[in-house]
Amino acid sequence: MKILKLLFIIFFIFSFNHLKADHMDVQNKITKNLRCLICQGQSVYDSDSEFANSLKVLVENKLNDGLSESQIYEYLKDKYGEWILYDPELNKNTYILWLLPVLIFLIGGAIISKSFIIKKK
Amino acid sequence: MKNKLLPVFITSIFIIIFIIFYKSLQDTNIYIPQKKINKEIPLFSADLFSSSKKINSTELFISDKFYLLNIWSSWCVPCRQEHPLLMNLAKNKKIEIIGINYKDNKVKAQSFLDELGNPYKNIIFDKEGVNAIEWGAYGVPESFLIHNGMIIDKYIGPLNKELIKKIKLIIE
Repeated sequence: MKILKLLFIIFFIFSFNHLKADHMDVQNKITKNLRCLICQGQSVYDSDSEFANSLKVLVENKLNDGLSESQIYEYLKDKYGEWILYDPELNKNTYILWLLPVLIFLIGGAIISKSFIIKKK
Repeated sequence: MKNKLLPVFITSIFIIIFIIFYKSLQDTNIYIPQKKINKEIPLFSADLFSSSKKINSTELFISDKFYLLNIWSSWCVPCRQEHPLLMNLAKNKKIEIIGINYKDNKVKAQSFLDELGNPYKNIIFDKEGVNAIEWGAYGVPESFLIHNGMIIDKYIGPLNKELIKKIKLIIE
């Protein structure tokens, strides 16, 4: 019975470690997608500036409060604008950025396939 | 007809791409922080500098007076430069100055205030810099002009005589 209790305690501790690891993964994922606004070309994850360190603590606090990844992005977008996100969302300011590569790919594909059809004929 | 259309189509795509890149060339690549003003003040609870009590952000800005929220630190050199201007502004009865002591050591912050004077009605002790982020700040020094629970202006960097004049004009 004692062994069973011990096993249960070990299982309990390890299950919490797993939760913490998941938490860290999400935190790292979020901070890698946040731009350090006072650095040059660095993410919050990579930077050790005062601003980046504060943001890391804030992201951790928000995750502990139960906020999801997208809710944290929304929150920071509200404070600092779209620029803080490395991965911009599709909206009226960014639609060219998102749609132009797809458009060029489709047109290129159409031109190539057309030239093949002509050659076959 | 079809063969004629293709070069026209490709040329027009190149022209569009050229225009986009040419326009981007003229844009500045120096990042200018967005001034997010005319927004409600953020809701948060924070530690007070003078005691270990916690206070809600709404309790700090209750009256219909003007408030200047100033983020400062004892290790910040520009904060020393703007401090005499804040001392002068604190004499004005129409405005109250609230401080956020950003990532500082309490002893050093206290000796900063002892040396240069204390213009603040209340000071929030922001040990980890999280409260400053709640306000959308980039660093120290930074100031926010608040009226009726709304941020009406934001000053990134140290305040100068011109900005103080501007603040006085708004509150008069």
